Amino acid sequence: MAKITKEQILHTADLATLAISEEEAEMYSTQLTEIITFTEKIQNINTDGVKPTIYGSDNDNVLREDNAKRTITQEEALKNAPSKEDGQFKVPSIME
Amino acid sequence: MSLNNYSIKELVKSLHKGDLTAVDTAKMSLDRIKEVDDQVKAFITVEEENVLAEAKKLDESKEAKGRLFGVPGGIKDNVMTKGVKTTCASNFLANFDDPLYNATLLEKLNKDQALMIGKVNMDEFAMGSTNETSAFHPTYNPWDLNRVPGGSSGGSAAAVAAGEVMYAIGTDTGGSIRQPASFCGVIGMKPTYGLISRHGVVAFAPSLDQAGPITRTVEDNAYVLETLAGHDELDATSANRTVPKYTESLKKDVKGLKIAVPKEFLGNGVSEEVRESVMNALKMYELLGATWEEVSLPHLAYADAAYYIIANAEGASSLARFDGVRYGKRADETEDMTEMLKKSRGEGFGEEVKRRILLGTTMLSSGYRDTHFAKAQQVRTLIKNDFAAAFEHYDVIIGPTTPTEAFKIDETLQDPLTMYTSDILTVPVNLAGLPALSVPCGYSEAGLPLGLQIIGKHFDESTVYRAAYAYEQATNHHKKRPDLGGAN
Repeated sequence: MAKITKEQILHTADLATLAISEEEAEMYSTQLTEIITFTEKIQNINTDGVKPTIYGSDNDNVLREDNAKRTITQEEALKNAPSKEDGQFKVPSIME
Repeated sequence: MSLNNYSIKELVKSLHKGDLTAVDTAKMSLDRIKEVDDQVKAFITVEEENVLAEAKKLDESKEAKGRLFGVPGGIKDNVMTKGVKTTCASNFLANFDDPLYNATLLEKLNKDQALMIGKVNMDEFAMGSTNETSAFHPTYNPWDLNRVPGGSSGGSAAAVAAGEVMYAIGTDTGGSIRQPASFCGVIGMKPTYGLISRHGVVAFAPSLDQAGPITRTVEDNAYVLETLAGHDELDATSANRTVPKYTESLKKDVKGLKIAVPKEFLGNGVSEEVRESVMNALKMYELLGATWEEVSLPHLAYADAAYYIIANAEGASSLARFDGVRYGKRADETEDMTEMLKKSRGEGFGEEVKRRILLGTTMLSSGYRDTHFAKAQQVRTLIKNDFAAAFEHYDVIIGPTTPTEAFKIDETLQDPLTMYTSDILTVPVNLAGLPALSVPCGYSEAGLPLGLQIIGKHFDESTVYRAAYAYEQATNHHKKRPDLGGAN
């Protein structure tokens, strides 16, 4: 049985680039333990040699001509940006 | 004048003849929304002036009238609509005022001159089964306002059931069209994976997601699907094949139709009244000349577990794009880039979405990836094989859509696992990529609609519709309407 600790939840949140509070981590720890334990019933099935299903369809290698075309303008691309400056997306500093 | 008095075909006939204008039908829809939507709360966005202007434009157009000319519809708020706010019912996208382009399915509706009335409510990012995870407000079941409409396409199903629109678009990753259709007493079709383009439909789990129509009748549903289906080069998973005339398939009866009923669909957790309504439906099919047999699909019992691993692993990846840089929520006053990303996501996403990101990310991290995620993908193959084996001998597979009638508000919200396992009858279909429809098959003691699920072979929507239509026409369930008051 999987026990997902609060520390594991905080680590996973970090991996998922997600800020959560200590209280949330506590709650998710209990819930994910319960949910993951439930999903572990699949461990009882023998799947030796079974090919995994990864995609929803059997289409593969769907190709098209690589033609450049205009989709949206710079102005449109910036239209929904929460912060912008001089025609660019503006974000907090990445380096010191 | 009320939309409730018309089928889509009848409405189209009146519109084509000129007995009604698109402005008339727009007003019928908008009036009904004014009348009942403060109770039902199916809509997130209705831009009345724009809707009337669009309708006027249709009326003034010199083009030949399209096959959905002026027919009012609702669009789930995870479908991109150029110039119209698209929120996925999330605070993260609360101010996403212009997605810049239309989903392909909307382009197809526009080409046939359908009239979009507004954007309907849903569970946040389609993650939920009750519409209670919407960041804005819940939607209420038109049959009992103390109950949920189901989810995640709860707004779509409720808007159709309440007579606010003639059809609504939903999306279905693990039952999100069929379950709300069942709870609201309407027809919900999840087509074969790849039948309708996903371009411009915000992804939850890309290997499972499929959009589809919700309507009051089977014929209406088949009619709308004819517009929505078809190949799209903008979606590499879209199927390149000819779209059949689904409405033609309704003319044939079901004599000799072979039905399989998996015993796993009528097992523990399925309420007595649901089981009884399905057995009564099977008796009706016998009277209509079809035959049915009980079969076993042994891996169905594992479908919910496999589904919640796969769907949320894909979901966590899909939602990685929401970074607060190019659009969407941006947290205030952050020192550096990483903090900005984390806080924007932490503030923008609701409790259920965060739970699923954490669950999915766990499943993709070391220690789980091989033992859980890869294993679930193998189990998915076994479930697909179970269906394929049954379809060698039968034309359709039938069972209930949901184990119970609609939940009460707040009943499942505090207990995510219970909410997840209520999807046990719908998720296998998505794992296998099959088409399936929910059609009303009776009412619970509390007066709530119950749904019959009809599952077909890949790309055999025609047989699913034929089976659903024969049953619908032989019963009166679909003629009942919820009583919300008002003149319409």
